[in-house]
Amino acid sequence: MDHFPTNWGRPRNDAFDAYATYPIHQRPYNGPKDTFADGVQRTQQPIVTGTSVLAIKYKDGVMMAADNLASYGSLARFKDVQRLHQVGNYTVIGAGGDMSDFQYIQYILEELSIDEISAQDGHELGPIEIHEYMSQLMYARRSKMNPLWNSLLIGGFKDGKRFLSYVDLLGTTYSASTLATGYGAFIAQPLLRKAVEGREDVITEEEARKILEDSMRVLFYRDARSMNKFQIATISSAGVSISDSMQLETAWSFAENIRGYGAQTQ
Amino acid sequence: MNRLKTGEVNLGTSIMAVQFDKGVVIGADSRTTTGSYIANRVTDKLTHVHDRIYCCRSGSAADTQAVADMVHSHLQLYTQIHGAHPPVSSAAGIFQDICYDNKDALSAGIIVAGWDKEVGPSVYNIPLGGGLFRQPWAIGGSGSTYVYGYCDATYQEGWGRDETVEFVKNTLALAMARDGSSGGVIRMCVITEDGVERLFVPGDKLPTFWGGREVLSGPVKKSVEPTAMAIE
Amino acid sequence: MISHGLTRLSLRVRGKLTCILTTMTSIGTGYDLSASTYSPDGRIFQVEYANKAVENSGTAIGLRVKDGVVLAVEKLIHSKLLVPGANRRIQTVDRHIGMASAGLLADSRKISQLARDSGAQTRKQWKEPLTVKALSDTVSWNAQTYTLYSSVRPFGVSTIFGGVDKSGPSLYIVEPSGVCLGYHGAAVGKGRQLAKTELEKLKLSELSMREAVMEAARIIYLVHDDNKEKEFELEMTWVGVESNDLHLPVPADLLEEAKKKAKDALETFE
Repeated sequence: MDHFPTNWGRPRNDAFDAYATYPIHQRPYNGPKDTFADGVQRTQQPIVTGTSVLAIKYKDGVMMAADNLASYGSLARFKDVQRLHQVGNYTVIGAGGDMSDFQYIQYILEELSIDEISAQDGHELGPIEIHEYMSQLMYARRSKMNPLWNSLLIGGFKDGKRFLSYVDLLGTTYSASTLATGYGAFIAQPLLRKAVEGREDVITEEEARKILEDSMRVLFYRDARSMNKFQIATISSAGVSISDSMQLETAWSFAENIRGYGAQTQ
Repeated sequence: MNRLKTGEVNLGTSIMAVQFDKGVVIGADSRTTTGSYIANRVTDKLTHVHDRIYCCRSGSAADTQAVADMVHSHLQLYTQIHGAHPPVSSAAGIFQDICYDNKDALSAGIIVAGWDKEVGPSVYNIPLGGGLFRQPWAIGGSGSTYVYGYCDATYQEGWGRDETVEFVKNTLALAMARDGSSGGVIRMCVITEDGVERLFVPGDKLPTFWGGREVLSGPVKKSVEPTAMAIE
Repeated sequence: MISHGLTRLSLRVRGKLTCILTTMTSIGTGYDLSASTYSPDGRIFQVEYANKAVENSGTAIGLRVKDGVVLAVEKLIHSKLLVPGANRRIQTVDRHIGMASAGLLADSRKISQLARDSGAQTRKQWKEPLTVKALSDTVSWNAQTYTLYSSVRPFGVSTIFGGVDKSGPSLYIVEPSGVCLGYHGAAVGKGRQLAKTELEKLKLSELSMREAVMEAARIIYLVHDDNKEKEFELEMTWVGVESNDLHLPVPADLLEEAKKKAKDALETFE
């Protein structure tokens, strides 16, 4: 049985995803087969996914935001997932993309942190080191045709300096005073740039919080894989703090008097 | 990836686990299919991996049995090394390791649930890619997609054993009623510090819900009075 | 076991004497050349010599108290040219476990490496932090292996493992022979006899971590022999409620306070 109307009328293959366990955006291809397809090593695909992460620099450090949703295709499957993760005493790493790969990254960084602690050599891992490590790891994995399917923002504050940078599944990196992954790169990034660029040393914590919250709201309105529950991480000279989950305030009342899609008035 | 091989036996399933104050209730339907043929109508998908830790299996029967066997073996080793029962988190962690490391080869969606000394009852969900998510209640398998709304609307924190059993039974019955790949009987286990209790709901004693007429009106049939044939 | 009433001096003499009597008699008989050969009376001399290496080392102690563990070491400074704080004898195994050792420092580094690997392995395999007991078992298994073959020598260290895990605070010693035992109070190295008598006087399970720091410092200063030994550094770490269950050096101000109290107590001793 194929539960997906989109597949009806197309070549059918019951042995292939007979129970339609695939996320909708990754419908299996049931058409004519490439004889050599089985012989080719394919990279995996993301299954349980998180959407955008946003981050900006502000006066005292870096602030980052991400919602609590892990989707399974279009199914909002896990609604209490933390996508902002503290590493050491100076860094937060925020992840979009495959959540199992993100959990693996957390494990790897935990091992790295413990090695660093037990060395007791007076050195501590800061955001710069962790970003460099992650970029090497991500690039090494994509080069083995087995990428860690994430886009990551790494933000931190150490030795009086702010740091904010990006790494993704290909090992691509870049830095800016505002960054956004996933849908956020299209929708939130222009808003963040307008609010932040040139004002990095002026924006207060309250202001920064408002900028991120406003962008998260727009994302919730326009990204079908987002949710209205999110967390904010602040990294400053006071250290790292990741907030409890917060509910987004949203506006819908303007819609009450909308009628039809054109000339209709009632 | 995650495709079934031609003719592979599939647990197109409805499975579930719910935590309550003193333990967990896990449950599953009993249908195993190859394509649309029911290969087994009385399957037991609730699999023992340790004294107080069970898993619910969905996906490929072969894959999930192999994984459960491996975890069972690891947990026996744990017991011997540590001289103590393994925590549920360790069991779930081993499941995750295997599912994550072999994500290209496996189709396994597993719920791990049980009771341990450190944290009491807990439920872990390990979906297709090998992620690990702790939840107060978890549902899985093809049937689960039809009952997310029911669970969200019904579940409440602070239930006792009997309410939790009722919740699991009703959820599974609803899933089985709508999902062609789920069916048969409901098997449940209540896992507490004291032990594991098996519960069984036969296929003809499943809870029923709305099942009224779906066609409320149709073309009116005129009854035609028989008329005698005219005879010359 | 030596009774409490004996003085410091007589303890030392008696300790020396027994050592001389037991080892001297068999030297040169050939049974002490390999760890893989027993002497006819059932002893393994290489293991006993390894214990000698431990006895020559500055004292290390561990206190398992109500809400944590405190480790302290009398680190003898054999050269004034050394950077203060170098060559630490207390090492971190994992977030929540530390180890203090007496004996060959190079050997103890190998043991700490082994211990850290064991922590990583446990997290990987069981997704939980290592327990101090499991760690000590693993290390002792390894130490024992080094008493079986002619091609290797036993570890020249006794190691105190201390930490807080799911069973609460715990403290173990692993000896060169591979023997592994749990303790309320542990002492290894040169001054262990006196340290043990001092530890026995304490109600360890009732002490707070801060009180334990004071006692530990006092004991280390007490067992240090000013006349024979060169200078020493007091190294001290703790794990427990005071340190958020992390193995960390005792804060500098508290350490100074403990040192000062220890010196004062020394004036009034005997």
